[in-house]
Formats: sequence, structure tokens, C-alpha cells
Amino acid sequence: MSATMVQPDTAGRKDAVARALGRRRYAVDRLVKALCWLATAIGLFFLASILLTLVLRGLGGLNLSVLTEVTKPPGSNGGLLNAIVGSLIQTGLGTLIGTPIGLMVGTYLSEYSAGSKLGNVVRFVSDVLLSAPSILIGLFVYQVAVGPFGGYSGWAGCLALAVIVIPIVVRTTEDMLRLVPVSLREAAVALGAPKWKAIVFVCYRAGLDGILTGVLLALARVAGETAPLLFTSLGNLNWSVNLGQPMSSLPVTIYQYAGAAFADWVQLAWVGALLITLGVLAINILARVALQRRS
Amino acid sequence: MDMSQGLSTVGTDTRMQARSEAVLSAPRIAIEGLSFFYGANKALKDIKLDLPDRQVTGMIGPSGCGKSTLLRVINRMYDLYPGQRAEGRVMMDGMNLVAPEMDLNALRSRVGMVFQKPTPFPMSIYDNVAFGVKLHERLSRPEMDERVEWSLTRAALWTEVKDRLNSSATGLSGGQQQRLCIARTIAVRPEVILLDEPTSALDPISTLRIEELIDELKRDFTIAIVTHNMQQAARCADQVAFFYLGELVEVGQAAQMFTAPQQKRTQEYITGRFG
Repeated sequence: MSATMVQPDTAGRKDAVARALGRRRYAVDRLVKALCWLATAIGLFFLASILLTLVLRGLGGLNLSVLTEVTKPPGSNGGLLNAIVGSLIQTGLGTLIGTPIGLMVGTYLSEYSAGSKLGNVVRFVSDVLLSAPSILIGLFVYQVAVGPFGGYSGWAGCLALAVIVIPIVVRTTEDMLRLVPVSLREAAVALGAPKWKAIVFVCYRAGLDGILTGVLLALARVAGETAPLLFTSLGNLNWSVNLGQPMSSLPVTIYQYAGAAFADWVQLAWVGALLITLGVLAINILARVALQRRS
Repeated sequence: MDMSQGLSTVGTDTRMQARSEAVLSAPRIAIEGLSFFYGANKALKDIKLDLPDRQVTGMIGPSGCGKSTLLRVINRMYDLYPGQRAEGRVMMDGMNLVAPEMDLNALRSRVGMVFQKPTPFPMSIYDNVAFGVKLHERLSRPEMDERVEWSLTRAALWTEVKDRLNSSATGLSGGQQQRLCIARTIAVRPEVILLDEPTSALDPISTLRIEELIDELKRDFTIAIVTHNMQQAARCADQVAFFYLGELVEVGQAAQMFTAPQQKRTQEYITGRFG
């Protein structure tokens, strides 16, 4: 009897507590949601304003002569051809030098190191390099490749960019190879493939799109690097594709022009920044497409 | 066919050995005194087993009993992993396959293996089949075309894929992928094929096709198949070996093993009382 008397009362109290808790949870949910929106808005605001400023100020100066003329003294309507070509050469060669090295190190870490001390040390050093300030890499290359070899050169610039590319490619290669199932390796070995053939013809293929994405991201990263080039390829206001001489590049030209007192130089700096951004955007889209094709 | 022949002998002959000699062919591979270690853990204990030439040996037993391990010993898959080692003899043509000086790539061209999960390589159907062949032989394009067609035909896949040899192998269904793996294995023209639960990831119809294929393949190849499916062992195998806790408990002709096993543990496992 008493149990049946008590029950509705208990149930009512439980309901009240549940309602109060529900209201509290609802409020917290709303608050967290609002904070997330706010954070996103703040992030997007800065990103959008940077891009908008870049486009507004860069687009005005974008014309054919930017792509056909080299940098000239202030007031004589120069272009960025030497900087564009210099950037293409240095990022291209830097990526070309850094990629095979990174690929091999990543392969060693994933396939051959198997918990060895050396493997752990290599992985640690590579990770440190990945997050090292790029100006340190510029200084390092200055010490080993500029001083001893008689001065600033395009080669030194390529080398500095390659050093930045390596740890990025190491990381993605190792990650991608680790995703390749053991069963696939065993299947290749069971057909009589030596280990290196199983890696090159089966594992690389299985991880190809991921590795490619890593290389493209590394390319995008070094395309915008300024600090490592300041002490290595230095920059060059004249036309030069001689890798033994100082070489121009977009980021360094932007660095030199943006703070100048001449309006046309400042304008060119904005155009250069826009060109890099568009180039990196194109590379990122390419990487996305490659990833999507994978899945 | 072989089942009914075997069944007829069960009632009259109680000596397993005599029956085996009568029906099972000469051994293609003779395993003697084989032990296997994962580090300090002994996974196979003093195994003695013959794989009769161009017949099917079914290996049964509960999980962890060592049957898959035995397959991986025969083609030396364990060499991929440090800390795993074998003692004893696995004799084939007078060679001890587990001897350290064995040429592993040559061994694997003679002893092929198909795994539990289909493992198509991320390349075209044609390239999947040609991959293993290219490792061991230099063939002209027409010769390779012929070999690919032969392998896919033997694996009962040719008619389904002949119009799309250049499309990706990963687009095939699970059953087709497993038959592709079998085609890839026989393309190398091995003498022995090891099948490690080849149908456990497949639907019943695909399973049936693979079982028919095994029956067809044993005309040319010596086959060892690990299975958890008693019916499959009964349908496919000429000889059945029952493993338990790393030991070979009993081996005999399939019909005798399923109707009149000599060991109590075999009977209990077959009738589903444990495992």
C-alpha cells in the first residue's frame, strides 16, 4: 500500500530533477554552440580580410607586364618575371631534391627500422626538423653552402628549400606506408617478391595518392618560404637563371618591395603575394582532388 | 567421388595406415619433427605430416592450434618476422625448406599461398596476375597474355573479367577478388598451393565456387587448406589433419576422419563438443 502511495510522488520529484537537468544541459549546449560559432567567425574574419585585401590590392596591379618584365628601378614599370621564374626553379628543384630523400627515409622508418634505436632517433630528428623555424635552416645552409662555396647562389636556395621538404615527405611517406595492410605485403612476398619489390611495386602503389599529397603540400609550403632564401639565394633584381649566382624569388622580392618608399614597388609586392597565394591554392586543390580519387 | 570411395573402406579396414597407403598418393612434401617458435612460445610441437601429391590436405582444429602457423612455415612466411623460427624438416625434392640457406624467392615460386582475406594489389586485373610471373620469368607480351588468360581460366574468373583486364582489381567483388588471388598464385605455376581459410570472408555462393575450383586444381597442384568449416574439409579434402594446441592429434583419409576418428579429441572437435 505505502509503496503505491509513494511511487507517484517519487516519480514527480524525478521528473522535476530531470527537467531542471535538461534545462541546464540545454543552456550549456547553447552556450558551447555559440562559442564555437564565435570562434569560427573570428577565424574566418581574419582569413577573409587577408584574402580580400590581397585580392583588392593585388588584382589592381596584375597585368601582362608583371609576367613579361623583370624587376626594374622604381618608376619604370617593371614586372616580376625574374622572381616568378626564380621561385619556380628553386621550389621545383628543392622539391625534386628533397622528395627522393624524404621518400627513402620514410620508407626506412616504416619498413626497415622496426623499433630499432636508430629508427627512433631518425624519426625524432625528422619531427624536430619539421617544426624548426625556417630561418634556422637558412642560417644552417648559409654556413655549409654559402660561405664555403664563394657566395650566395640559387643552389643554396634550392638546398635550403629541400631541407624543409624532407621532413614533410618523411612524415607522409611513413604514415602512408604504415596504412598499407600487412596482408598486402605478405601476398606480394608469397608470390616470391623480394622485400624491396614488394615495397616499390605494391606498397608505394597502395600509398601513392597519400604520398603525392604530401609532396604537393611540401611544394606549397616551400613556395611561400622567405627566411631560408634570405641568406642563401639572396634575391636578384636582374634576370638570372644561373644557379651559381644569386637568384630572385617571389617571397624575397615581396619582402624587399613591400617596405619600399615607391608606390609601384609596393604594388608589385601585392601582386607577387597574390600570385603565390593563387599558386599554393592551385596546388592544394590538386592535392584534394588526388585524395578524393583515392576514396 | 573420393569421399564415397573412402566411406566404403571405413567399415572393413580398421588400420588407418593401411588405408592411407592404399588411397593417398606419394608425399609431395614430407614434414618431420617440425617445431615452431614465436619467440619463446612453442606453437608447433614435433609435427610429422605428409602432403600427398596432387591431393588436398585439409587442416582443422580450434583457433590457435597451429594449423595456419604450419602453412606459414611451409612457404617460410615467418621469415618476415624476427623472433620466429622453425626446427626440424620440411622435405620437398630432397631439400629441407626450413634450412637457413634456402632461396626463399625460388621456394615461394614453387609453393604458393592464398590468404584469408582477398588481397588484390592496387593495380589492374592483368597486372595482378602478371606481377608474380614477372618476378620469375621473362615472357614476351603474347606469352604473358596467354599466361594471364590461362591462369584466369583455371581460376574460373576469365569469362567474368576478360573484357576489363585493364580495370582496377579492387573493383571486383570479394569472391572475384579471391579467385583473382588464386589466379595470381597459379600463374607462377607452383607445385604446391597453400590456402589459409580462403573462403572465411566470402558468401556461400562464392565459397562453393572456390571449393569447386579446389577440386579442379588438385589435378595439377598439391593443395593444403586450413579451414574452420568441417563441411568444407569433408567436401574438399582427401586427407584431413586435426591439430590441437600445437600438436598434430590425428591425420587420416578424410572419410575415415569424419566417420571413425581414432582419437577421442578428434571426435569431440568434429562433433562440435569443443573448439
